[in-house]
Amino acid sequence: MMAQVLSVLVWALLLSGAFFLVTGALGMVRLPDVFTRMHAAGMADTMGAGLILVGLCVHSGVNLVTLRLLLVLAFLWFTSPIATHALAKAALSGGAEPYTLAGGDEGERGTEAEGGGMS
Amino acid sequence: MFAVTAAALLVAMCLAMCRALLGPTAYDRVLALNNIGTMTVVLIAVLGFLNGRPDFLDLALAYALINFIGTIAVLKYIEYGDLGTSGGPRRRNASRR
Repeated sequence: MMAQVLSVLVWALLLSGAFFLVTGALGMVRLPDVFTRMHAAGMADTMGAGLILVGLCVHSGVNLVTLRLLLVLAFLWFTSPIATHALAKAALSGGAEPYTLAGGDEGERGTEAEGGGMS
Repeated sequence: MFAVTAAALLVAMCLAMCRALLGPTAYDRVLALNNIGTMTVVLIAVLGFLNGRPDFLDLALAYALINFIGTIAVLKYIEYGDLGTSGGPRRRNASRR
């Protein structure tokens, strides 16, 4: 009984992590700007890798492998925001302009976004 | 279940590789390569469990650190044009000295 519950939990964690990874990669292909792509990649890094590694932790039980998995998870969760921050800083100082709805050809949705920002 | 996760990881890596090849600016390519590195770390861990040998986790640990250092080095090279600068606020201050 306990093994079945653990198996279902591992399945759910691995599949939701894989879903987040594929969604993040899809967003990185389809979103219009480097900053919005950074947002999609950050979600894939945090939730996708995190859920998959936690699922592997649940599968392996409590031993030295779990410690290594938690170390990998800790390194990923420390280094990914730092790399994203450095990338955003470099992109801003390098002249990449953030994509805005108001400046493009979608004027109607841009005014909606401005109204939402003011209220 | 590890095979399904590995397949999803490979699909996500293919999509990120599309962005790395198509990316209009260098920052898109750096972002895609950083994401591919993160997914490689997870793929190494999943493949270790798939083969029944979780010893590959040490490789994943080392690869995570190498990926981070590589990303930071490439970003510093793009921003300052030089890996040896002390990282001042602007490129002009570094070139005046």
